[in-house]
Amino acid sequence: MPNSTFLKEAVNAIRKSRGEGELDAMQFIKILRAKAKELGMKDEMLKRAVNSGFSGGEKKRNEMLQMAMLEPALAILDETDSGLDIDALKAVADGVNAMRSPDRSMLVITHYQRLLDYIVPDHVHVLAQGKIVRSGGKELASELEAKGYGEFSESAA
Amino acid sequence: MSDTQHTLLTALSGGGALPEALRSEALARFKEKGLPTPRLESWKFTNLRALDKLALAPAREVAVETGKLPSLLQEGEPRLRLVFVNGVFNAALSGSELPEGVTFARLAEGAPDWAAERLGGIAESDEQSPLLDLNTALAGDGPLLQIARNREVATPIELLFLDAGGDGESPAAQWRGLIRMEENSRATIIEHHVSQGSAASFVNGALEVDLAQGANLRHIRSQQRNESAVHLVNTQVEIARDARYEALLLVLGGAVAREDWRVRLSGSGAHCGLNASYMLEGAQHSDITTSIEHAAPHTTCDEAIKGALGGRSRGVFQGLIKVNKDSQHIEGNQSHRALLLSDDAEVDAKPELEIYADDVKCSHGATVGDLDREALFYLRSRGIPAPQARRLLITSFLSDVIENFGADSLTPALLKALDDKLNAVTGDEA
Repeated sequence: MPNSTFLKEAVNAIRKSRGEGELDAMQFIKILRAKAKELGMKDEMLKRAVNSGFSGGEKKRNEMLQMAMLEPALAILDETDSGLDIDALKAVADGVNAMRSPDRSMLVITHYQRLLDYIVPDHVHVLAQGKIVRSGGKELASELEAKGYGEFSESAA
Repeated sequence: MSDTQHTLLTALSGGGALPEALRSEALARFKEKGLPTPRLESWKFTNLRALDKLALAPAREVAVETGKLPSLLQEGEPRLRLVFVNGVFNAALSGSELPEGVTFARLAEGAPDWAAERLGGIAESDEQSPLLDLNTALAGDGPLLQIARNREVATPIELLFLDAGGDGESPAAQWRGLIRMEENSRATIIEHHVSQGSAASFVNGALEVDLAQGANLRHIRSQQRNESAVHLVNTQVEIARDARYEALLLVLGGAVAREDWRVRLSGSGAHCGLNASYMLEGAQHSDITTSIEHAAPHTTCDEAIKGALGGRSRGVFQGLIKVNKDSQHIEGNQSHRALLLSDDAEVDAKPELEIYADDVKCSHGATVGDLDREALFYLRSRGIPAPQARRLLITSFLSDVIENFGADSLTPALLKALDDKLNAVTGDEA
């Protein structure tokens, strides 16, 4: 199934459930092309079958494209930075940043500070042994980068 | 002789247009063998008992609603359309301007020399094919086409086979066709099999296809008959040196539908592609039985068949690839993949490789399964409701056979036919 077909079905299913009108093929493709371009994706990726033969980076970009098209109220980005080179990381972060809005929540899960240089968080929570053990602002992430997670694994134990 | 066989012979007795010598032998063979029963190896999975219930009668002339003859081609696209109603040529509904390089004759008017030379010469009768004998004995009409040497015919030739019955009678019809492609000719021939109305009918067709050296034929057959129809077609193809035969079969209709294909790659460099997609629902039964013989070295075949089955339908695929002793450097690939969409649907697949040469590359695969749960979950997790997700997966599973074939201007009509059928198959859950 071509990626674009899948996305069109998904977008229209969501629009329908929100009580918005479905997009016709022309409207849809225009929006899709624009968003794909922002993420640095080639048109060719839209024609390819969903996820078949996608590299790690391509899959991630494609997930970003899905997020941009589906416009979820809550997005959970679980280790979106794994396996990405710096360009792909930047493209992914740009995609996320472009979607930041007061109407949308995003939960970004990562092990590293690196991603947070590009996606600057509003809040940082540290999860250890299944519990939130500390919360703070964006400076908490830098502190963790410097000190490591050591103290949390001990305190939780 | 069974009652059904007797009734059938009586209903078809008005036909008989092939040369007398072929006919009388074929009739004797048919009478000896009778209608196929599951006792015959190749008919083990397909039973023609449905015929016993039909009030078989000779096909009468019927009025055809000329305004909306179905077509797979887009409106306004040039075509040569030849219409056969219950197996009989209807000149009033057919085009008369033949594209350059195309010769057409109808069997009922007697085969011209170029056709008589080959008719009955490509189709081989054996103990598994009593229906071919019945066809040879009593077929009354059918298209005879010749494409002239070195001609590239750009205009597609569309053969419309329309069956129409009614008044509690089930018309019995037979047609016999020949496609003769001369050296280095090229053409696209489309067969469209449809029903007018919902009455049951019996059609036993046979087509001989002859590709001379370097010829190239794209052959599309779309079977969209009503779900009471008994549809039997035997297609026999001979492919000479460096000739290419590419077939696309779409099976959507019929109560009992059997497609027999026997292909002989008789010259080095010959290629055959057999592609099929079928979708069944209710109590439909479809049987696709193919036999591809590599009778010369350096020949290739690609066979890709996919089916989706709902309701209590049953799909049969029997595919033989045979490589003769001296046919070295062969490549043959066969695959049959089926999706079972309900607990009561059934698929019987019998892939067979018979290889007598030692330098060959052959592969075959047969799978039967349900829709991929992970793929379904993926689609649902992106907001697509389950019934729609199922439809998307079924469509993409079957449509790639059509898309890969590259039938260009036909693709939209074929995909639409598939989609309409899918509505019927999944309608209750959507």
